[in-house]
Amino acid sequence: MSQVKTKNLKNFSTSADRFEGSNLLCPGCAHSIIVREVLNATNDHLILGASTGCLEVCTAVYPHTSWDVSWIHIGFENGSSAIAGAEAMHKALKNKGRLKQPDLTPKFVTFGGDGATYDIGFQWISGCFERGHNMMYVCLDNEVYANTGGQRSSSTPIGASASTTPAGRISYGEKRNKKDIMAIMAAHGAPYVAQVAPNKWRDMVAKVQKGFSIEGPVFINAMSACTTEWKFAPEDTIAISDLATESLVFPLYEIIDGTKLNITYRPKNVLPVRDYLGAQGRFKHLFTKQYEYIIDEWQSRVDAKWEYLQRREDACV
Amino acid sequence: MIENGWNQFEIGSVLRPFSGEVSDVSVIQPEDRLYSASNSFSVSVADWRIEKPLFKKELCIDCQFCWIYCPDMSIISRDKKMIGVDYDHCKGCGICVQVCPTTPKALLMFPEQADEEIELAQWPKKETQETKEN
Ligand SMILES: Cc1ncc(C[n+]2csc(CCOP(=O)(O)OP(=O)(O)O)c2C)c(N)n1
Ligand code: SF4
Ligand code: SF4
Ligand code: SF4
Ligand SMILES: [Mg+2]
Repeated sequence: MSQVKTKNLKNFSTSADRFEGSNLLCPGCAHSIIVREVLNATNDHLILGASTGCLEVCTAVYPHTSWDVSWIHIGFENGSSAIAGAEAMHKALKNKGRLKQPDLTPKFVTFGGDGATYDIGFQWISGCFERGHNMMYVCLDNEVYANTGGQRSSSTPIGASASTTPAGRISYGEKRNKKDIMAIMAAHGAPYVAQVAPNKWRDMVAKVQKGFSIEGPVFINAMSACTTEWKFAPEDTIAISDLATESLVFPLYEIIDGTKLNITYRPKNVLPVRDYLGAQGRFKHLFTKQYEYIIDEWQSRVDAKWEYLQRREDACV
Repeated sequence: MIENGWNQFEIGSVLRPFSGEVSDVSVIQPEDRLYSASNSFSVSVADWRIEKPLFKKELCIDCQFCWIYCPDMSIISRDKKMIGVDYDHCKGCGICVQVCPTTPKALLMFPEQADEEIELAQWPKKETQETKEN
């Protein structure tokens, strides 16, 4: 495997992008920042897949492609099985001695939104992980079905106003808690499951490289701040992402072999959850007398989760 | 193939990002690649911009924050140095300016029609800017 030098950002900046501009993603879209950090983490050949969603729709607009490497899209639900099929074929051809360049170690990676991952494509992902394909699944978690106009998904957090859970006089928005996809994927016994955020590039690239070096299915849950649906200005994508990681709304950790949990980032000064919520239009209704208790409840949930993660880490289970 | 409409292309046809043989794109920078007409790189999104980032080289410390966080591959860095903005692919989001840590910033946003020479000549001086933590 050829590892890109990522000791520091200067070294990393010598890598050549294999994802191209003039795609149709919104200005300031974090999906693209995540894709760059994943692709640039390796010099190996890449075979990519995608489920339907903003990334797929905006980067393969006939007659153009924004991908400089092999790339496949079939449907919303099967980005995972599309790439698992490619991986299985590669393995079979290798075993039969029919590969022209048998020494290459291409990486099989697929991207899906939270809608495609937490909800509609879940069965396919579960199958791929159970079969143990040598692939990386990257969830671009923007907590909403962005591409079709902002419907809630099972990743949408409590209190967010989405088009199918609108906030108003009688509702504070989404009422169900975000699904714990990390625990679910770890429960498959996957060798490596990690949560990342593109603003913490070093942590993210290290996890992606670790994932590439591991044999078997790897799951990466990547926070993707969505300027359009979270309702913040496009230039603030990194600032909002920083608020998410510094407030521990989005903790960064990894789970090895289904059980061993490591926290990989500890903020020096933990910010209040209120700061994160207040920076986004999707939570603006919470800052009223009627719904302010939702913010307090949210802070308690974040505190409890952080406590839980630390205990898991200490106990080495 | 690019001359065919979406409903005319043959099942199983492939859109090729490059014309001719390409050995290993992971080590070839854009200026040395033979892009095909069906690579989105061959198209410009310059007309999406209302504002554009301008770059004042002398203030830059080559930290590469702008390079890593630009969503549109539009910060051109070569040999560990930031050398400019790719105005064909920049969508004018302003992230590069937000993450630039110098005082004054080496990147600032201006209206799309602003004159680069004039703006560079009257770039803010030290006291007027605040450092952004990153
Ligand atoms: C089976 C199926 N159901 C619904 C759709 C319509 N659809 C296309 S993209 C999309 C939303 C994707 O949301 P997500 O996976 O979160 O990705 P995002 O756009 O947010 O990145 C939906 C509902 C579809 N293409 N196929
Ligand atoms: S809607 Fe959100 S996820 Fe989709 S392209 Fe725009 S910013 Fe990106
Ligand atoms: S304005 Fe946005 S797209 Fe343009 S160079 Fe800066 S970060 Fe990149
Ligand atoms: S962020 Fe600013 S200082 Fe850093 S490389 Fe870019 S222009 Fe130079
Ligand atoms: Mg989504």
